[in-house]
Parts: sequence; C-alpha cells; structure tokens
Amino acid sequence: MTMTKATDMTGSSASGKMNFGQLARDNGTFLALIALILINMIITPNFLQVQTLYVNLTQVATIAIVAIGMTLVIASAGIDLSVGAVMALSGALAPFVFLSEFGMASPGLALVLSIAVALLAGLLCGMFNGWLINQFAIQPIVATLVLFIAARGLAQVLTNGNLQVFDNPAFEFIGSGRVLGIPFQALMAVAFALILSWVVRRTAYGRYLLAVGGNAKAARLSGISVNRVRLATYAICGVLAGFAGMVVSAINSASDANQTGQLMELDAIAAAVVGGSNLMGGKAPIIGALIGAAIIQLVKYTLLANGVHDAVALIAKAVIIILAVYFQFNRSE
Amino acid sequence: MVDTPVLKMTAIRKSFGDVPALTDAALTIRPGEVHALIGQNGAGKSTMIKILNGAYRKDAGEIELDGQPVRFSSPHEAQLGGISTIFQEVNLVHYRSVTENIVLGQEPKKFGMIDWPKAHRRAEEVLQRFGLNLDVRQPLHHCNIAVQQLIAIARAVSFDARLVIMDEPTSSLDSQEKQVLFRVIRDLSAQGVAVMYVSHHLEELFEVCDRVTVMRNGGMIATHEMSDVTKLGLVSEMIGRDANQIAESGATGFGKTHAGSKTVVLELQNLSNGTNVKDASLIVHQGEVVGLAGLLGAGRTETVAMIFGADHPAGGNMAFKEHRSFFREPAEAINAGIGYCTEDRKAEGIIPGLSIRENLTLAMNPRLAKRGVIPRMAEREMVADFIDKLSVKCAGMDQPIRELSGGNQQKVLLARWMATQPDLLILDEPTRGIDVGAKREIQTLIEGLSAAGLSVLMISSEFEELVEGANRVVVLQEGKTIATLTGGDLNEDSLLAAVAGEAEGAAL
Amino acid sequence: MFGMFNRSRDLRTEGVWIAVVLVVIFATLRYDNFMGLYNVQTFFGYNSMFILIALGMALVIMTGGIDLSVGSVVALSSVVAAYASPYGIEVALPAALLTGIAAGAINAFLITKMRIVPFIATLAMMLGARGMALVLADNKSVSVDWTSNFTKFGLTRAFGLIPWAVILAAVVFLALWIMLERTTLGRRILTIGGNPEAAKLMGVPVNQTLAITYIISGACAGLAGVILASGFGAGQPLEGLGWELSAIASVVVGGTLLTGGVGSIPATLAGAVLLGLIFNILNFENGLGVISLSAYWQSVIRGGFLLIVVILQSRSGGGLARRRGTT
Repeated sequence: MTMTKATDMTGSSASGKMNFGQLARDNGTFLALIALILINMIITPNFLQVQTLYVNLTQVATIAIVAIGMTLVIASAGIDLSVGAVMALSGALAPFVFLSEFGMASPGLALVLSIAVALLAGLLCGMFNGWLINQFAIQPIVATLVLFIAARGLAQVLTNGNLQVFDNPAFEFIGSGRVLGIPFQALMAVAFALILSWVVRRTAYGRYLLAVGGNAKAARLSGISVNRVRLATYAICGVLAGFAGMVVSAINSASDANQTGQLMELDAIAAAVVGGSNLMGGKAPIIGALIGAAIIQLVKYTLLANGVHDAVALIAKAVIIILAVYFQFNRSE
Repeated sequence: MVDTPVLKMTAIRKSFGDVPALTDAALTIRPGEVHALIGQNGAGKSTMIKILNGAYRKDAGEIELDGQPVRFSSPHEAQLGGISTIFQEVNLVHYRSVTENIVLGQEPKKFGMIDWPKAHRRAEEVLQRFGLNLDVRQPLHHCNIAVQQLIAIARAVSFDARLVIMDEPTSSLDSQEKQVLFRVIRDLSAQGVAVMYVSHHLEELFEVCDRVTVMRNGGMIATHEMSDVTKLGLVSEMIGRDANQIAESGATGFGKTHAGSKTVVLELQNLSNGTNVKDASLIVHQGEVVGLAGLLGAGRTETVAMIFGADHPAGGNMAFKEHRSFFREPAEAINAGIGYCTEDRKAEGIIPGLSIRENLTLAMNPRLAKRGVIPRMAEREMVADFIDKLSVKCAGMDQPIRELSGGNQQKVLLARWMATQPDLLILDEPTRGIDVGAKREIQTLIEGLSAAGLSVLMISSEFEELVEGANRVVVLQEGKTIATLTGGDLNEDSLLAAVAGEAEGAAL
Repeated sequence: MFGMFNRSRDLRTEGVWIAVVLVVIFATLRYDNFMGLYNVQTFFGYNSMFILIALGMALVIMTGGIDLSVGSVVALSSVVAAYASPYGIEVALPAALLTGIAAGAINAFLITKMRIVPFIATLAMMLGARGMALVLADNKSVSVDWTSNFTKFGLTRAFGLIPWAVILAAVVFLALWIMLERTTLGRRILTIGGNPEAAKLMGVPVNQTLAITYIISGACAGLAGVILASGFGAGQPLEGLGWELSAIASVVVGGTLLTGGVGSIPATLAGAVLLGLIFNILNFENGLGVISLSAYWQSVIRGGFLLIVVILQSRSGGGLARRRGTT
C-alpha cells in the first residue's frame, strides 16, 4: 500500500520538486541503474575507464534524445512510430545541403542551413503527424505509421539509397565532438532533458500536456486547445528525432537512409516505458526516460563486453521492459 | 401465509482494509416483491449489491436464495443462479447486435455452430414480453438508452432470474420511459420475480415499490411498507436527523437572500442544434441564479454546452455582455467570462492523475502564467486560499485529485471556475452524487457567489434545489423553452406541472 | 447466404471490396499479363504470408489489443522450420506452428497473468523472438534441406495450379471466418473488444478468450514462417521487419476498428490483398517502362496510399466515435 503512494506521487510528475530521494522512490528505475553500474564495476573488465564511459555516452545519447520526445508524446496519450524514419530523413538531408554546390561554395552558411533544414524536416514531420491525428481523429499508432513507411522512403529517394560520405569536421562535431571531455551529443541529451522537464513542471504548456493526456475532454472544457497541444508535442518529438538523425550521420561521417534510426521507435518507447511512462497518458517522467535509455544501453553493453551473443541483448531488452512495466504498474493497483 | 423469502441476507460483514463497509447488514425480500434499498452515498448499498452478485466476497454472514444457502464468486455465476443485476451504466456491448446482447452466454447451437435465425427469434420473443418490437439484428447503439435498459432487463429475465437487482435504473430515462420501466417491473413482479430497486429518487419508490429498507453507515436502519412512510420520514432516516429539524432548516443550503439586478448578462434566443434542442431561449441577469429545469433529454446540457462554445448551434442568437455571437471554443467563452462546471465530474471535469493544485488552476493558467511560465509561489498561495475558503478535505494541495471524495472533487472544480473570476457560472447538476453534508456546503457557496454579484445558470433535476435556490427557473421541454417561473409562481407543484408539460407559468 | 450471418451492412467493410474490384479492373485493362496465371499464382503465393498474419492480427485488434510480435515470430518460426526441414514438411510445419503458438502463449501470459498492456507485452515479444531467431540461426540464414519434401511445399502447386501456401492461407481464412461468425468464441472476441466490463458481467471468460486470440495470432505467424522458409529456401532470422505494421495496415484498411469490438475476417483479407495489389501494380508500371520508380518510391507511395485510406475511413467510420464524444 505504501508503494502505491510513492508511485502516485511521481504519477503527477509535474508536482513537487525533483530530487534524488524521489527519483530513488520512482519505481526503482534509478536504483536499477545504480545496481547495473555496480555489477559492471565488478564483472566487466575496464568498465571504469574513461573510454568505456565515452563509448556508452556516445551510444546512449541518440536513444535518450528520441526517448525524451517520445515521453512527451506518450504523456499526451499518443505514440510516435515515425521517429526512426524521421531520423533517416533528417540525417540524410543535412549532408545533402552542405554537399550541394551551394554548400561547397559557402561552407559556413551551408553548415547552419543544413542543420536548420534537418531540424525543420523533423518539425514538419512532427506537425504532419499531429495534424493527421487532430484533423481526422486517426489513432496515433496508425497516423504515425504513414510517415514510418513514407519518411524513410523519402530519405532513400533523396540519396538513391546510397551512403552519402562526407568530410566536414564542423558538422561532425555534433556526433564526435567533446566539451570538457564529454561527448557533445550526451551534453545535448542532458540539456534537452533538463529543459523539457522544466517545461513540463513549470510552464502552462507542460500543464496542458498532462491535462490533455489525462483527460482530453476535461482539458478542452477548461479552455485548453487540445489540438494545439498535440501539434506542439508531436512537433517537439519530430525536432528531437531530427536532431538525433544528424547525430547519427555525424558519428558515421556518412548518412545512411537505409539504416539510420532503424528500430529506434522501439528503443525510444522502451526507454520511455522503463523510465515510468504510462501509455494511457498523463505522465511525463523525462528524467526517467533518460535513466531508461541508460539502462537499456548499459544492459546491451554489459552483455557485449562480457562476450555474450549480440542477439541475446535483444532478449535481455525484452525482459527488462516486461519487468519494468510489471513492477511499476502492477504494484500500484 | 408464510412464503419462503426469495432472498435472505443475515449478519453480513465486509471491510476494505481497516474500513468497515458493512456491519451486520441484513435484508429479506419476498417472492414477487419490489423492494427498495436506499441510503446516502457510502451507506453500503453498492457493497450490498456487489456481495449479493458475487463481485465481492463477504467477510461473514449468510445469504439464502429460496431458502438455500448460496455463495457466488462472480456476477455471471450469480446470474446463472438466479440473481441478475442491471447496472447504472447499462453494461451491454454497443457495437454488437441486440440479439447478441441478449443471447450471449447461451447461444442456440446447431452442429456446434451458432444458429443465428433461432437466436434472432428467441431475442424477439423475449423482447415481445415487454412490448418491444424492434429489429434485433441492428447494433445496440442504434437503440436509445431506455430501450437498451429494457434489453438488459430482457437479458436478465431470459436467464430465469429469481431476483433482479436494479441500480439507479431511471437515471437516464425520461418520464415516459420510466413508465415503461415501471410497467415492466410490475410485470416481473406479477410473474413472481422479485426486484431489488436501488434509487436516489424517492418519489419513484412510492410509485413502484412495495417495501423499502433504509441503510446508513453500513447497517440497516429500518424496513417499512411503502404505504407506512413519507418522503420526509425516509430522508430523516437516511440522514439520521429528526424530521422536524429538516423541515425547519429546509432541505438545501439555499436561503434565497437576494435578487438579481436588471443588467442582462446573457441572452439566448431561439437556440437550436438540429437535433434535440429546437427553440431554447433564456435570459440571465447579473447576480441572479437562474435554474434550468426539464426532464432528461429535454436538451438542458446541450443548451449550456452551446452557450459555452463546447458544441456548435444550428440556429439562434446569443449575446453575452458585449459579445454578440456564439463562442466557437470553450477557450473563447472562458476569456469572455464564463465558467462551466460539467455534470460528469469523472469524464469531463477532473484530470485524475494531476494534483488538486494543478486541477484547480487549470482554467486560469493563461492569466496566471507569465510568458508561459507558471509562478510557483503565486499558484500555491491561491490554491491554499481556495482550499481554505471552500474547506476542501485533503492531505495537501499536491494530493492527486482522484483520491478525493466526490464532494471535495466538486469543490475543487468549482474553485477552478471561481479562480477565473467569471461573470457567469454555468453549473450542470452541481450536487449530483454528493453526500448530503457537502451538498449543503456547495449550495451555500453558490448562494454566496451570486450574492457577491456572480450570475449563475444552474441545471438541476432536484426540485428542492431549483425552488429554493433559483430566482427564476426556465423550463425546457423537448428542446423548447416552455415556461419561466418566478416569484410566487415558483414552487414544487408549479414546477412539476411545467416540467411535465402542463405549463401554466408565464411564457417567456 | 448472408442471412446466415449475423451482420449488418457496413460501408467500411464493403468499401475495401469495392476498392479491390476497381483496382483489379484497372490493372486488367492496363497490363496484359495482370490476370495471367503466373502473376495470380505468384501474387497469392507471396501474399499468403501477409494474409495469414493480417488475419491473426485482425482477431487481436477486435479484442481491442495489438500484436507487434508477428514479424519477429515469422522470422523465428522460419528458422525453426529450416532446422526441421530434413524431416520433411510433416515435421517442419508442426514445429514452426508450435513455435508460433508458444510465442502467442507467452504474449497471452504477459497480458492476462502479468497484466501488461498488449502494446508493451508484444513489443517485448517482438524483441525477444527476434533475439531467439538470431541466436538459433547464429546471425545468418539457415538453409533448408533441399532433398526432403520441405521445399516442395513452397515451390510446387497443388494440382499443378494452386500454390500450397495459398491453400494453407485459404484454410485458415475459412476456419477463422466461421469461428468468428458462428461460434461462441468469435462472439466472445467481439464482446471483449466492444465492452470488457460488460463481457465480464456477461460471464465471458475474458482472460481465456484473450489468451486464445493471441495464440491464434502466434499460430498464424508460425505458418507464415513455414511459407517463408520453404518458399525462399532458408530460415531467415532478419526477415519480417515491419511486417507487424503492414498487418496492422491491412486490418485497418479492412475497416476493423483499432479500438476493438467491430471487424470482419473477409474485409481483412481484402485489406491485405489491396495493399499487395498496390505493390503488384507498381511492379507492372516499372515493367511497362512508362515511369521508372525506384524501390524507394514504392515506400513513399505505400505511405501515401495508407494515408488516403485512413483519411477516407475516418470520414465514414468516425460517426460513432464523434457521437459518443459529444454526449
């Protein structure tokens, strides 16, 4: 029964201040992460080396960034299956711009423009999803299926299905640069998480988001424009996916429309759910999504580093998702 | 003659955790009897029903059906054993056909396959017993609520029920449909099927029930023949207060201490929505409480939803202060100074997962927020103020609203609208489903608000509330304004006559 | 014939048939070989896999659930079938079928016993089954035994005319159609989707029915795995990516409401056929050389097609939802 209380308090994640104590109570997700780190310190060779940390941070950042957007969408009682495809599109668009003749002519401007174009593509995809859901009352899972299929196709058409290899150190900074020794994209993931969790807790938009996800009808009758909130939410999710797509291209110094973001929608949903999201909406545990992404990454790393078959990591991920959901939602009943 | 009772429940006990819900409850129902069970919210009625139909397990006590001890572990088992329950919200499957809803669980079969022609015939036969002739192949949602309810009863009877439990069966029926239901109940009773009738509407009991049992605080207070009791007597037993005391203080928290001014706040002319609202007109003056009366289906909720911009009218004119047209969205109406407290708190009022604080400030966020950011201290101060002023019973302002009782939730929702400082507050059944204490508090609160100059438009199905609380009552019938009662013309008798359609009140 | 069934006429489920007929007429007039035996055989032979998983998915969706695991389960059972292929189709088929049933049973356990929402439970199964397939196959295709009769199943035709895969899909189609329309189980599936609370009160064994539904979906995926392995000569642990989503698309195109309670097996078949036809026509267009569409444009066009269908559907089918929304 006391567990119920704890879950409920974080259920309205917007209420109250965030602190480590509360995070620890937050369904044990945080404790699971700590435990995972401790286990690794014992069993995984070289776990505590900077290089290991660096590898993990680099890899987890994209999942985390997309999972943050997914958390917002899930909080609105929606889902976005198109994030992986949007990553492919944005990831392909950015090099497309700075590799063009214009881009070669004025590289500085082209860099800015390429990033802007990639983010704009994400924004438009997100807005398209939101528009479909609002305008035609289509369930999110079906509405975002459209771009899941079409956006990757667009990226492939754009690049003719080929790798676009490039050499552009300024752009590559997004994926391989370091600030104070920390991978740039990891910092960005944390920055996004902090900003958006502040937005959820402290702004009217955040309040509206939780209200729309919790009870859309009541929200509308309280003067909230449900459609605008949804549009904004899918748009944010799209922009974050677009950013993540650029990160992947920057890491590889190449865009790959076929592979970028493959199955990312699943990883993002998994991270959000492990982090405490409820598919029914009304909860936006953004820091939780960050932790969820970290757990999924660490499990994968632990297995790989200890020589376990790559595919087993998939099974492990499945088990983690089930356990996380089971303990979070069944204890609170 | 001594019949074996159909149902005999003795010394029933049930607790949820440490909270006792039933303490030594007992009930005897005779064959073919229509037996009313009444009590305030929390008296233990629904726990009784759920123990009887197997949804809950009793902690102690005996249940005998036709003299045989029984123990059911699910509503389905109870149904097969002869106890069928018709729930408040009709529990049928909307997309499926009428036939399926009746025969599900006992489909006629041929060679292991469902024999649909036979199933349809059987469904038609069962419905004809209740004088219903309809296309049993149509999906259930094509039928209106009353017919759905009769279908639910038909389903119960087709299971050879000995006892049919009806939980608030008339909550969504109009007066004609009620009469059909009562006829069916009398038919059942004539066939020897007993009915346990649970209702808040005391008038109905006098019309259809033989005996009544009053519950309070998880125990039985008394059982009477209906002919031996009065409404006032029943109310006093339910509340546990002396009858005279009630008569003196009035049944509601209204005192009608003031009248409205002459300034018109809202004027509505010839409103229609193309379906059930046809010609609704009304005027609300500043500081006035205007009641909106009518039977269910008269178009009251639809009318106020259009005033608020939640639905779109097909015709008519509206003026709200300087604003000379209909609102397109609730947000516009709120900006212009209207608040709307809906009837269905759970579906249209509260955001269950959010805290009291977040629920309370939801509608006034645009005013509270500075460049999109909600100032924390200002919000907390305001909420604390409201919790104090309305004496909301809660563990703190960060408690999720779903944990509050109905009355306290309603207070928070009222505060949500008070916080927007509206000029007009629309209340749809503001005291429905709320215990008597909180009800009076809310009524007093409404009175105080209107005394302070707020205009109130209040839908209510409780005549006492309208007569004692409203300065004027506008009566809707089948979507048309048919009367406005005021001053000396406003009493329970005239209101009843107007609502029932025999209006002599002044035309608008 | 229709009197035998308990159904009311419904534009949503009939619209998809009209669309199929129109597309077939268009294609027959435009392409010489469209109605040719070879094209028809190949079309149904290939699409029998998608039809199978769409049928299973339709039942799951009618209960108001979803099964995201079918694509991975197809892959897993194709691997199992490939390993069992030396013993012939009479062993390989049951082995793959059992694999699908086992996956469905795990889904059912997670959903009914551990009370995990179907979306998440089957998402986990999707990852788990994929992982199992890769582990079993050691990350590569598992070639089948060409000496047994296993590949005959995928490559030969009954009476020299109908691919065995098509016969398998047809049998499943008929069985599920009759099950849904004429048996208690079928009615229970629709009742649960329509109103779970009411279903419980009416004595529907909700968990048991849900479990059977997910097991059927798994079984359908298992059979599709057999077709995959025998038709392409290998167990393919990486195949089936995104198939769950095309199955969902077929079901939606067939007019089944994602919220459950309404749906039709024949219309689901039509939905799957319609989606397949779009591909088929694009291939013909490329063949004509009138337009030259890269394979990549096909995804874009498929997405666009789905968009049109769901928009049309929301127009014709949103009535009830909208009416409910305002009361």
